[in-house]
Amino acid sequence: MLRRIAFVAALAVVAAGSVACGGSGSGGNGLTGTILADGSSTVFLIAEAFAEEFKREHPGVDITVGESGTGGGFKKFCNGETDISDASRPISDEEKAACKAKGIEFVDLEIARDGLSVVVNNDNTWAKCLTVSELKKIWEPNSKITNWKQIRSAFPDQKLKLYGPGTASGTFDYFTKAIVGVEKSSRTDYSASEDDNVLVTGVAGDKGSLGYFGYAYFSENRDKLNIVGVDSGSGCVTPSDATVRDGTYSPLSRPLFIYVKKSSIARPEVKAFVEFALNSVNGLLPDIGYTALSEAQIVAQRAKFEKAA
Amino acid sequence: MWALRACAAVTVATTAGIIASLAGETVAFFREVSPWKFFTGTTWAPTFEAAGDRFGALPLLTGTLMVALIGIVVAVPVGLAIAVYLSEYARPRARRVLKPILEILAGIPTVVLGFFALNFVTGVVLKAVIPGVETFNVLSAGLVVGIMLVPTVASLSEDAMRAVPQDLREAGYGIGASRREVATKVVLPAATSGITAAVILALARAIGETMIVTIAAGNQPLLSFNPLHAAQTMTAYIVAVSLGDTPAGSVVYRTIFALGSTLFVITLGLNVMTYRVARRLKERGR
Repeated sequence: MLRRIAFVAALAVVAAGSVACGGSGSGGNGLTGTILADGSSTVFLIAEAFAEEFKREHPGVDITVGESGTGGGFKKFCNGETDISDASRPISDEEKAACKAKGIEFVDLEIARDGLSVVVNNDNTWAKCLTVSELKKIWEPNSKITNWKQIRSAFPDQKLKLYGPGTASGTFDYFTKAIVGVEKSSRTDYSASEDDNVLVTGVAGDKGSLGYFGYAYFSENRDKLNIVGVDSGSGCVTPSDATVRDGTYSPLSRPLFIYVKKSSIARPEVKAFVEFALNSVNGLLPDIGYTALSEAQIVAQRAKFEKAA
Repeated sequence: MWALRACAAVTVATTAGIIASLAGETVAFFREVSPWKFFTGTTWAPTFEAAGDRFGALPLLTGTLMVALIGIVVAVPVGLAIAVYLSEYARPRARRVLKPILEILAGIPTVVLGFFALNFVTGVVLKAVIPGVETFNVLSAGLVVGIMLVPTVASLSEDAMRAVPQDLREAGYGIGASRREVATKVVLPAATSGITAAVILALARAIGETMIVTIAAGNQPLLSFNPLHAAQTMTAYIVAVSLGDTPAGSVVYRTIFALGSTLFVITLGLNVMTYRVARRLKERGR
């Protein structure tokens, strides 16, 4: 009986909520339409925040944000399926050619910086810092490293379990280029997912695990994960706003982009959305966990967009 | 009458359409990758374009088989025990309560069962009992697939047991057999064909199960027989690749169809077996 009451109460809450939403929906200032965005799961967190905030002001606009990876996003974008493509690396020459073949012109806007983060389980007390060459040894193709002891003899005899993004991910492209040296060159026998939350679950669950993904996913899960500093020859650096902005967190500091289709900018809802994004991004970033661009850099991006529009 | 016939035609046409769409892309795939390498290769990494021989489906086959076997090992004893109880021991009132509960279990969406496997079976039970178990592992997925199959096995086996003529039971009691002896030595053997059909059907469902393994088994195509480690099944791979970016017409895209055909042939084979076994049951019943 109690349960039934709880159920009815829950229904009532849902009903009240939808009435409230309907009420605010009639407000709005008349912008309508649908905006389709897809791409990087790293940038997804920012794009999703844009979409939520924008919808609050323009409830008539439907915004769909997908996360099929930077590569996956560009494939759809250059196929004309989306208005905006989220990317955690610049567009490749191959992708540019695909866009050109379909007659799709775009403008690329940098919206934030990310310190691509190497993380371990929070019971891992030994790996405070890894060098670039140690990371390379772990991740290079046909790597035979399966135990922490093989990475550094001082490390304990603990099975190494690897988690990383799948091949559609810009994070994968960036990491392999920065660490292994060749883009998309990686060992294949690790647990791969385009969904960073799956990677978080994996690393948080196994003591000997190591994984990599965008800083925001670490930031959201600090209680379950430890971050590993990266040493590229001048000492150990962990990602933070300061080290990512000035690039001392090297080689894993990277820019994050949104790519906007030029023909979509003609639609007022898309133009309004991108303007809103560029104006609000620095206010939203601290909650998400990525590093904001300087005011001058943002102004430059705004100018770039105005010129394209 | 015509409407009914049309409905039947829809299922036939659907099956034909599935076969046609699978066949074309599968043939195209095997023109690029030799079937020998596909079925015997030990490295499965189609999306890593830099890797050498990357189309060996053996890790996926072993992943699928491990999950299915663990599932069957759970589902058959439990399902049979329930069937024997319901058919031979339970009073009508108990049956009236238990049967619907079984059917509720059969109605739980597999995505819910998947999170049950990951968060409860692995997170709460396995992590406490087995120290070396990984977060994503075959065992939890297999166990929960087994739980999912219990209603199938129980319900079909019970039907088979209830179809055993009452005369046989009475003859058993007539020569002084106990209830247990009648159940295990008379009813079970007489219902073997029906039970076998139930088990084969359950096996086919275990092989095709997708959501539980996608969530709980880890999506890591490793050739290993250790159920405490992560693995990937054919179905989970198809999900993983369909969600990402696979341009139509590429080899990676065609792996989906090659695996789909493999799954289709396996389950079709099992279904034909079920059909034959069930027909034998009818003949013997006469």
